Amino acid sequence: MRYVLGRVAQAALVLLIAFTAAFVLLQAMPGDAIMIKFQNPELGLSPEQIARIRESYGADVPLVAQYGHTLLGFLGGDFGYSVVSGTPVSRLIADALPNTLVLALSGFVLAVVVAVALAVTATLSRFAWLGTALRALPSLFVSVPVFWLGIMLVQLFSFQLGLVSVINPGPIEGLILPVLTLAVPISAPLAQILLRSFDEIGAQPFVAVVRARGAGAGWVLGRNVLRNALLPTLTMAGLLFGELIGGAVVTETVFGRAGIGRITEQAVSQQDTPVLQAVVLLSALVFVVINLVVDLLYPVLDPRLRSTVRGRKAVSA
Amino acid sequence: MTAYDSVLTVRDLSVAYTVGRNSLEVLRGVDLELGRGEVLAVVGESGSGKTTTAQAVTGLLAANGRVTGGTVHLGDTDITGWSDRRMRAVRGARIGWIPQDPVTSLNPVKRIGDTVAEALLIHRWKDAAARSRRVIDLLERVGIPEPARRARQFPHELSGGMRQRVLIAAAIALEPELLIADEATSALDVTVQRTILDLIDDLRRENGTSVLMITHDLAVAADRADRLLVLKDGRVREAGATDALLAAPSDDYTRRLLADAPSLGDVTVRTVPDAARTAPPVLEIAGLVKEFPVGRGEVFRAVDDVSLRIAPGTTHAIVGESGSGKTTTARIVLGFTAPDAGTVRLSGTDITGLGREEMRVQRRRVQMVYQNPFASLDPRQTVEQIVAEPLRNFRLGAAPARRARAAELVEQVALPSSVLGRRPSELSGGQRQRVAIARALVLDPELVVLDEAVSALDVTVQAQLLELLQRLQDERGVSYLFISHDLAVVRRISHEVSVMRRGRIVEQGPVSDVFDSPADAYTRSLLDAIPGRRPHGRATPTAPAERTTP
Repeated sequence: MRYVLGRVAQAALVLLIAFTAAFVLLQAMPGDAIMIKFQNPELGLSPEQIARIRESYGADVPLVAQYGHTLLGFLGGDFGYSVVSGTPVSRLIADALPNTLVLALSGFVLAVVVAVALAVTATLSRFAWLGTALRALPSLFVSVPVFWLGIMLVQLFSFQLGLVSVINPGPIEGLILPVLTLAVPISAPLAQILLRSFDEIGAQPFVAVVRARGAGAGWVLGRNVLRNALLPTLTMAGLLFGELIGGAVVTETVFGRAGIGRITEQAVSQQDTPVLQAVVLLSALVFVVINLVVDLLYPVLDPRLRSTVRGRKAVSA
Repeated sequence: MTAYDSVLTVRDLSVAYTVGRNSLEVLRGVDLELGRGEVLAVVGESGSGKTTTAQAVTGLLAANGRVTGGTVHLGDTDITGWSDRRMRAVRGARIGWIPQDPVTSLNPVKRIGDTVAEALLIHRWKDAAARSRRVIDLLERVGIPEPARRARQFPHELSGGMRQRVLIAAAIALEPELLIADEATSALDVTVQRTILDLIDDLRRENGTSVLMITHDLAVAADRADRLLVLKDGRVREAGATDALLAAPSDDYTRRLLADAPSLGDVTVRTVPDAARTAPPVLEIAGLVKEFPVGRGEVFRAVDDVSLRIAPGTTHAIVGESGSGKTTTARIVLGFTAPDAGTVRLSGTDITGLGREEMRVQRRRVQMVYQNPFASLDPRQTVEQIVAEPLRNFRLGAAPARRARAAELVEQVALPSSVLGRRPSELSGGQRQRVAIARALVLDPELVVLDEAVSALDVTVQAQLLELLQRLQDERGVSYLFISHDLAVVRRISHEVSVMRRGRIVEQGPVSDVFDSPADAYTRSLLDAIPGRRPHGRATPTAPAERTTP
């Protein structure tokens, strides 16, 4: 229990650091959204008027006070207002979140399914050539950039083959290509690490002993190797969630989907600081929670870690 | 086939491995026959093909290996060239396998009970309830206390000996007619080794199981096998009833193996010369204590009031089983671990509580040779760089002088000067350990700590290294602190010995006293457990006519 509380405290600390870093970085940027929007000569606003607007956004007080104010607001669930549109940031995010969640989750599930299927087939295949071919795939796809893949998929499936339409698609149809785009760069490293773990664990003496008991390749993989291989894969999966966030920005932009990624992209180009601050914190939160879950899953998967969690065991010389 | 009730018959078996484009012959026409209820030991050094023989019998050769000739019969069934699928029905059911290293041979995330039940499950033996009853019976049979509780535990919660019992339980689950024990006790302490070998003996008697024992340890084979088969370079050098073969070996190679086996050959016990006894000691340890926290404020006392002294030019051995505190003691002597109490004096200087830089200077006077000749040398350096590295670290001499010194040391450890430009991967285990010894001696230290320095080597190589260490000691007057679990080796090399158990020294004195008239009960049990000491008068079942390959 102390272990769990410790991890949660660590997670909270990471969030605070992420929040502070984001705040400092966003303030350090030259220019700000208010200036960009209201200094436009066509609006014809006098410097006094602009100063009053700045005051209403709280932009005139010292930085430390702004920081405290924003932090308190975030803690109370008040993320401020978008400088560009004037809508509350919380509403912007609440509207966009479900879309992105659907995209991210389906992408992740697909990535896991593809990675596991590929690794298992490559390992169990009776044909050497198939195994070799499948083993080469992940390293190829690891190096494919998301935006290029998205564009190529649209080009091929929508414009040339006409299988999936990208202009006004149905809710499911519209998901197919974005999910594919998102899943491929995540499934590739997952498959790589799974394959490597299968090979490493397959070379362990205990696997030979299991074979000496009369087990076939399927039994060895499914009942002995798989669970041992899950640990490094899980770590990787946690880290890849960051990829998912970044991937969503690009994917949503390429496919013109509404979502957190789109909001982020717009907020960056318009220097909409409050929105960016909230998005950064949201990403950090997701990242921290996922990795917390991964950490808490380790002892469940590997009994050897349970004793270390309860307090170091005797180390004999 | 003769009237002899044979469980395993191998005729003219040849196996080759494909390495790159070359085909490497590993077995060249091996014949062996194993009768019902018999123990046959296949003895040989590493690379002799003994493990390959066992793997070929079970059809579990490495992916690049293949049987190129000969036949294998299991009872009356010809299993030569059977596919993997057909062999699966045989493995586990008719052939049980007891592996070498109990630490890595159990699936770490599988419960003990599930591991023991695995063979039953694979071969679809009865239903779940019957299987779990069988698991408990098996665990009880192999001498595991509280079998029901142990069955729910994971491998890391069991000691090495217990894990080996679990592996035996799993191997005998379906009462196979043939048990293959591949170096099954090599990784265990002598006392544990003895109980495991006793257990295999009992099972053989009870069920009439035949045992094919693969071992590098001639002493173990001599104690336990009805018949021996000596393998070298994939050929049978000699085969026959154990007693007859040991009494009158007909082959030169067998004779050499026998002479080199530390517990079988004749030993002249070394004694401390009077001049050295009165001289001030090189190392003097007094009242050493080291504790490690075990959580919740509890401590584990790894070293408990240890005192010993080493006279110049002599060898003092610390023997004990794993966990007895011998390695921790060595680490304190080397200054890697600070003791909680006590003093360590090197030629009169107390090295406990020295600062980092002062300690570094002291390291010139104490050097070390580690157990593993594969891990203790930097794979990217040449032998010359490795041996000269201590000189570089202490900025001694210019580069040409250092090179000359390295060449000199390499010559002293009886390596050809051609190895100077090679890297560790191009050397054999014994050669690497010679390089490690050269590196330890290059600074002319007063004391060398040898931590299980010859344990990983074949007997013949081991004997050569022990000879080398003695010669270097006689020539240079260096002292050794020799850490080992192998009492037979200790008897050969040491002048004095300390027996450690649970951090304490239970007996200490000249080798002749401790080995010939041990005062402590634990020392006696350790000595009794040394293989190769039992009288060879075992009844041999009706064996087939012995064949001896000249």
